[in-house]
Amino acid sequence: MTEINWTELVIFSALFLIVAALGFVASRWRRPASMHHLDEWGLGGRSFGGWVTWFLIGGDLYTAYTFVAVPALLFATGGNGFFAVPYTVITYPIAFLALIRLWSVSHRHGFVTPADFVRARFGSPTLALLVAITGIVATMPYIALQLIGIEAVLKAIGLTGDSFFARHLPLIIAFGILAAYTYQSGLRAPALIAFVKDALIYIVIITAVLYVPHQLGGWETIFDAADGKFTAAKKGGLLLADGSQLQYITLAIGSALALFLYPHSVTGVLASKNRDIIKRNMAALPAYSLLLGLIALLGFMAIAAKQHGVAPLVIDGKPDNNTIVPVLFDRMFPSWFAGIAFATIGIGALVPAAIMSIAAANLFTRNIYVEYLAKEATHAEQARVSKLASLVVKLGALLVIVLIDPQFSIDLQLIGGVLILQTLPSVALGLFTRWFHRTGLIAGWIAGLSAGLAMLYTIPNPATHHDHFGGSAFALSKLGLPWNVPIYAGFVAVAVNLLVSVIGTLIARGAKVPEGVDATAGSDYFADEGDPKQVR
Amino acid sequence: MAIAIIVPLLTFLYDGREPRLFGFPRFYWLQLAFIGLGVACTAIVYRMTRRKP
Repeated sequence: MTEINWTELVIFSALFLIVAALGFVASRWRRPASMHHLDEWGLGGRSFGGWVTWFLIGGDLYTAYTFVAVPALLFATGGNGFFAVPYTVITYPIAFLALIRLWSVSHRHGFVTPADFVRARFGSPTLALLVAITGIVATMPYIALQLIGIEAVLKAIGLTGDSFFARHLPLIIAFGILAAYTYQSGLRAPALIAFVKDALIYIVIITAVLYVPHQLGGWETIFDAADGKFTAAKKGGLLLADGSQLQYITLAIGSALALFLYPHSVTGVLASKNRDIIKRNMAALPAYSLLLGLIALLGFMAIAAKQHGVAPLVIDGKPDNNTIVPVLFDRMFPSWFAGIAFATIGIGALVPAAIMSIAAANLFTRNIYVEYLAKEATHAEQARVSKLASLVVKLGALLVIVLIDPQFSIDLQLIGGVLILQTLPSVALGLFTRWFHRTGLIAGWIAGLSAGLAMLYTIPNPATHHDHFGGSAFALSKLGLPWNVPIYAGFVAVAVNLLVSVIGTLIARGAKVPEGVDATAGSDYFADEGDPKQVR
Repeated sequence: MAIAIIVPLLTFLYDGREPRLFGFPRFYWLQLAFIGLGVACTAIVYRMTRRKP
């Protein structure tokens, strides 16, 4: 067991408690007449302006896990891990086009979740249910991963604990606080905390990219050290590995499309006040991508800092790459600043975890509870169910981390990305065209999902000795195709999905299967704030 | 808008080391520069489609 660094622990705990207090105070911020409405608890009253939205979505998409895992990926594999940068560049123009339409139609019809939209657009509660379940299942492991981010920090501080109970207690306390203020304040809590979180992140990362390279002898030295390591290990490299270009770009495209299909991103977007705010944010949010690119390079700094004793912590006999960034901070910064940096990662986990649990809870309430269990539920009852569901979702994520191998949630997260992509035809394409038939879309969803899972199942991970779900790079040669190059499995799965959706649509239409009623009209997709036709 | 989506996906543009910029191999600095390209394109579209005050 490593020594506990008390300075780091005290600063970490103090900042954590300040933020928790903010979370409770948030329920009074821009206080509405009544919190007993799902729009208030789950979407912050749909009233967020430009700045709040920027911090909220930024804090939502760039999670603690990103800050821990992306550098860990560069540390281990080099250039291929840098896909996070093109991915977060192309996601905004794509989202710009799709999400303003989603915002408008949701504004006019009072939709809270993407599944609400699908239900109205295709007149199909079944399709909406599938979209909702996909969203919940894909979000759960994502929440669990935020815990891994916090855990990595706690390990670096030295809170490794000897017994099962001692090891997990800090994590349970942190999550208990999170659950309590989310329950109390709804989406307002992460929105307010996001200000603190992002301010801290900018301070820490800018300091890190200026200070650490200075200590290590400049960027040139850092890249050379990384190059040296990869060449010596004959594994990974500064540039893309031979033949992996297709994997690199399909992973970037797939992830970019998946990012804005995740329910928590939709929640962040629907909470904003008008169309201009969303457009402005899509232009301004890439500022975070720059940050992400610099964070990614922390992985190379960790390689160059080897002589300062920077190496992944060994937990249960296995080196844990996720601890590499916390360890880098621990060794290179004075304790007090490392404490601030750790608190940043910890708080960075709380914002997305809160938004994700709210998004999942909204899906449950709107598309499962109201749809199937209590059709006449009042707004107050919906808000109450959602609050309880958010607790259940977080408890589930906590149990997954504490009781099951964390590797399991990383695998699940990988699957989650492929899963959520399967809602692309119904949600994203549905925003632009009503051409697809609901039966075709359901068939496509089933086909895409099966294909995706089947492909992921065949991918081994030699590093962890897992035979299945070891990565997302699927070799095209396994399909009997002549090109022996890997491709992102989610990309193939969504192609299968689209193909089956098209064929299914043609068959269903040929067989004169009822189309279902489209409750939306063309002009709905352009409605803006102060719209007279609002249906509430 | 298409520019902002397609250019960052052209791996042959950036899959190389030289020239270096402030010690960054091309692979890294050029992809970071694409962020600026994305912002510029999206900002132009925003200005063109902004609601008249």
